[in-house]
Amino acid sequence: MSYIPHTDNDIKEMLGVIGIKAVHDLFNAIPPDIRLKTPLNLPNELPEQELVREITNISRKNGNIEDYISFIGAGAYNHYVPSIVHHIILRSEFYTAYTPYQPEISQGTLQAIFEYQTLICQLTGMDVTNASMYDGASASAEAVLMAQRINSRPECLLSSALHPEYREVVKTYLGIRRDSIKEIPFCTETGATPVEAVERYIDKDTACVVIQYPNFFGSIEDLSAISEIVHKNGSVFIVVITEPISLGLLKPPGAFDADIVVGEGQAFGSALNLGGPYLGFFATKEGFLRNMPGRLVGETIDKDGKRGYILTLATREQHIRREKATSNICTNEGLCALTAAIYLTALGKTGIVNLAKINLCKMHYLRQRLKELKNVKPAFSSPVFNECVINLNEDGDTVIKSLLKQGILGGISLKRFYPQLNSHILLCATEMNTKEDIDMLIEELKELKNE
Amino acid sequence: MSSGLIFEKSSKGRRGISIPKLDVPDINPLDVIPHDVLRADIEGFPEVSELDAVRHFVNLSQMNFGVDTGFYPLGSCTMKYNPKVNEDMARLSGFSKAHPYQAPELSQGALQLMYELEGFLSEISGMDAVTLQPAAGAHGELCGMLMISAYVKAKGKPRKKVIIPDTAHGTNPASSNLAGFTVVTIKEGKGIISPEAVASVMDEDTAALMLTNPNTIGLFETNIKEIADIVHKKGGFVYCDGANLNALMGIAKLGDMGVDVIQFNLHKTFSTPHGGGGPGSGPVGVKKILEPFLPVPRIIKRGKRFNLGFNCPMSIGRLKAFYGNFGIMVRAYSYIRAMGPDGLKKASEMAVLNANYIMEKLKKAYHLPFDQTCMHECVLSDKVQSEKDVYTLDIAKRLMDYGFHPPTIYFPLVVPGAIMIEPTETESKETIDRFIAAMMTIANEARESPDIVKNAPQTTKIGRLDEVNAVKKPVLRWKP
Ligand SMILES: Cc1ncc(COP(=O)(O)O)c(C=O)c1O
Repeated sequence: MSYIPHTDNDIKEMLGVIGIKAVHDLFNAIPPDIRLKTPLNLPNELPEQELVREITNISRKNGNIEDYISFIGAGAYNHYVPSIVHHIILRSEFYTAYTPYQPEISQGTLQAIFEYQTLICQLTGMDVTNASMYDGASASAEAVLMAQRINSRPECLLSSALHPEYREVVKTYLGIRRDSIKEIPFCTETGATPVEAVERYIDKDTACVVIQYPNFFGSIEDLSAISEIVHKNGSVFIVVITEPISLGLLKPPGAFDADIVVGEGQAFGSALNLGGPYLGFFATKEGFLRNMPGRLVGETIDKDGKRGYILTLATREQHIRREKATSNICTNEGLCALTAAIYLTALGKTGIVNLAKINLCKMHYLRQRLKELKNVKPAFSSPVFNECVINLNEDGDTVIKSLLKQGILGGISLKRFYPQLNSHILLCATEMNTKEDIDMLIEELKELKNE
Repeated sequence: MSSGLIFEKSSKGRRGISIPKLDVPDINPLDVIPHDVLRADIEGFPEVSELDAVRHFVNLSQMNFGVDTGFYPLGSCTMKYNPKVNEDMARLSGFSKAHPYQAPELSQGALQLMYELEGFLSEISGMDAVTLQPAAGAHGELCGMLMISAYVKAKGKPRKKVIIPDTAHGTNPASSNLAGFTVVTIKEGKGIISPEAVASVMDEDTAALMLTNPNTIGLFETNIKEIADIVHKKGGFVYCDGANLNALMGIAKLGDMGVDVIQFNLHKTFSTPHGGGGPGSGPVGVKKILEPFLPVPRIIKRGKRFNLGFNCPMSIGRLKAFYGNFGIMVRAYSYIRAMGPDGLKKASEMAVLNANYIMEKLKKAYHLPFDQTCMHECVLSDKVQSEKDVYTLDIAKRLMDYGFHPPTIYFPLVVPGAIMIEPTETESKETIDRFIAAMMTIANEARESPDIVKNAPQTTKIGRLDEVNAVKKPVLRWKP
C-alpha cells in the first residue's frame, strides 16, 4: 500500500514543468555525504489484508476489559460509551480536520469546542475553560506553573493523595525547580488530606496547594476547610479531578472557591486505549483568564451580524508571544474534547446524575459485602464515590496475581506508589460492574483467605 | 438547518440515552456522603433526545472542512490522507479496551508494538533511542529541552541559553522557555542559517541550538553539519524540530547530520488524523549521550518478554500519566508497516515533487521570496497583490469559495504576508492542477476586480468573523 496517486506519466510531466530530469534532483540541497545510499532497514510494505491480519494478531496478545472482570480505576475508568459517541467522532469531517485557523469553514469544530467549554464550566462551577490539554497530569503541571505566574511565589504544596503519576509529572515540568515542591502527607486513618497539615505546611512562599477530589484513594476531601486556609494565606487553590463522573453528585470545586480546576476527561466517552489519548480539562476564574494556558474558542459575529465562533485571545499564545507565551501547547486533544461534548450531551442533565448515583451504589454494595470478610477491611474512613482502598493483611501484589488467575483484574496494588501500603489495593466499581461481578470478587477474596 | 447551541435546543425533562437499572441495593447519597458536599443541580446542562443530539453534531460536522472533504494544503501541518484501515486497527479491542494498569503480561502485544515502533523511528531518523511518551510535537520539544537542561545540570555547569533562528515555529521558543532557558534569536536573511551567524552567538553558556530541518520556509539547511560542529565544539547540543520529516524519509537521516535530539510529529509525517486539534503524538529520538535522560517508563525487551522499565536514575521523570497517546502510536505503526521502506521514500519524493510543481507554476503570479528548489512546502507572499490592496488573508478567504482549505498564512513571520503551501504526497496531479488554477484565477481577480477577493468568502455559511470584538468582550461559554 502506498496511498500515493502519482502515475509515471504524472511524474514525468511534473518534472518537465519544474525543468529537472529526475526526482533525485529535487534533493540537491542535501549534501551528498549525508544522503542515504541504501534503503531504510524496515519491514517490507504490506497489502491491507495482510496488514490487518498481522496487527490483529498483535492485538490478541493483549488482554482487555472484555476478557476480564475489571475493578481497576486509578485515573482511567471503565465506563459505558454510548453508540452515538463512536458514530459521531467517526465523522471524518471532524477527525480529519485540524486546529480551526480558518473559522468560516471550521464552524463545526469551533462550535463543538465552545459547547465543550460550556459543559466543563457547568460541571466544575468555574467561569472559563480552555479547548483541552494533553491529559489530567500535564494539566495539573500547567496549573502549578500558572499559579506561580499569578503570585510569583516559589513553592507548591501537593497532597500525597494526589495521583502519584500526576505528582511525578508536576516535578518533571518544574525541571530544575522541582526542589520547590513539598508534599502534605495523607491521614492514615481517613485517607484524606488533613486540614491541620495544610495549615502547618502553608506559608508566604506557597504559590499553590493542589488537592485531588475525590483523591487517589477515592476519599472525598474537605475542600471547604482547605480552601479557607489556602485563601487566607493568599495562595492559589488548585483542585484536580481524575473521575469527573463524580461531579454528577458532588458539589463542584467552584462552590468551594477553587481558583483552578483541572482533571482527566477520559471518563467522558474516551476508550481506555492503554492510557491515551485522553483529555486534560482546565478551568479557572474569569479574573485569571489571561494567565490560562491553551487555546480558547469565543463567540462573535460575522460581517452580516450572524453568530459564529473563532479562536480568540491568541495574544497569550506561542505563535505571537513566543518565549513569553503562557504555555507551549499547540496540538491539544480536540477530538477527545468533542467526544466529551457528545457524551455529556447524550447523557444530559438527569443522565449524569443517575450515572453518578449508580457508581456510588455499586461501590457501596462492594463495601457492604467486604464486611463479610474477616481479614479484609476498608483501609480508610472517609466517604468515597466509586473507588476505595482495602487492606488485605497480605501482600497486595500476590492477591492481584491470584485474582488474575480467576479472570479478575482486582484493582491495583498500592505498594509500588506507597511502600507503606504494601498490603493495600485500590478498587473501583462503575456501572460496568454487575452485582454478579462484585459477588464473584467477594467470593474469590474469601477463597484466598481460606488458603 | 439550525446551528443553534445544544443548550438552546434543550427542553426540561427530555432524556437522551437510557441508564442501566440498578442491580444492587439503592442507597440515599445523603447516607454515605456529607450533605454539604452533595450538589443540588447542574445548571444549564442540556436535556435533549438522542436524535436531537445526533442531528446537532452531524449538522456541525457538515460545517467543517477536513482532509476527507477536500484539499487542505496547510503548511507545516502535513495534512495528508489518513488511511481508514489505521482507524480500524486502533479500535481493535485488544488495544482500545486495554487498561494502562493491567499487568504487563496482559499487555505484551501493546508493548511489542511500541517497542517495534521505537525501532522504526530510530531507523528513519538515525537516532539511537526513542521515547513515545510525549503527547504532541510541542510536548516532545519540552521533553527534549528538559533532557538537555538535565544534562548540563548533571555536568555541573548549568548553561542558560538556547539559540533559535527567527524562522522557528512558535512552539520552539515557548518550549525552551518552559524548560528554563533564555532564548537568543538569530536572524535569517537568506532563507537558511549561515555557520557564521551561529558562530557569532555560540558560547560556553549556550546549551543548545534549536532548528527545524527542513526549515519553516521549506528549505533544507544545507550547512547543517558545519553548524552542528560549531555547536558541538563549544559543548552544546543540536535540537532539530522534526515536524517536517515528511521531506526526508528514506532520503537522509537527521542523526547523520550532527543532530542530537529530535521530536517526531506522528500526526503529521505518519498520517494520523489531527482530530480538529489533536490528539497528536510527539515521540523524541536522541543520540546515546542523552539516552539516560529519557523519560520513564522505558519499554524494555528481555528475551521474548516486554516490560516497562523504571530504573533510570538520570531520567527527567514522567511527562504524562500512564504511557503516552497509545491509540495514535497504533495508527502510525500501521502506516509504517503498510508503506515499507520504499513507500516511505516515495512519500517524501512525491511530497517534494508536488510542492515544487506548485511553486514553479505559482511563481508566475505570486511573489516567491526564496527562488530555489524547496522541500515539501513552499512559501509565497502577497507582495504583488498588495499593490491592489489585496492581502494574504483575502487570498486565503477567496480560496474557500473555490472549495479549497487555505494554506497556512502569515507564517513564517520572517516573510511578510506569507502564504505557506504544503500539498503532501497523497494529492493527485489533477487536484493540484485545480488548486493552481484557482490561485491563478484569484491573482487575476486581484488585478482586475479586487473587491471580489476582498469580500470573500461568499459561499460559506458564515462570513468573515469579527476577531476584535471576540477579544475585547470575550464570550467563552454559553449562559442562559
Ligand atoms: C515546525 C513545527 N514544530 C512544532 C510544531 C508543534 O507540534 P504540535 O502542534 O504537535 O505540538 C508544529 C506544528 O504545529 C510545527 O509545524
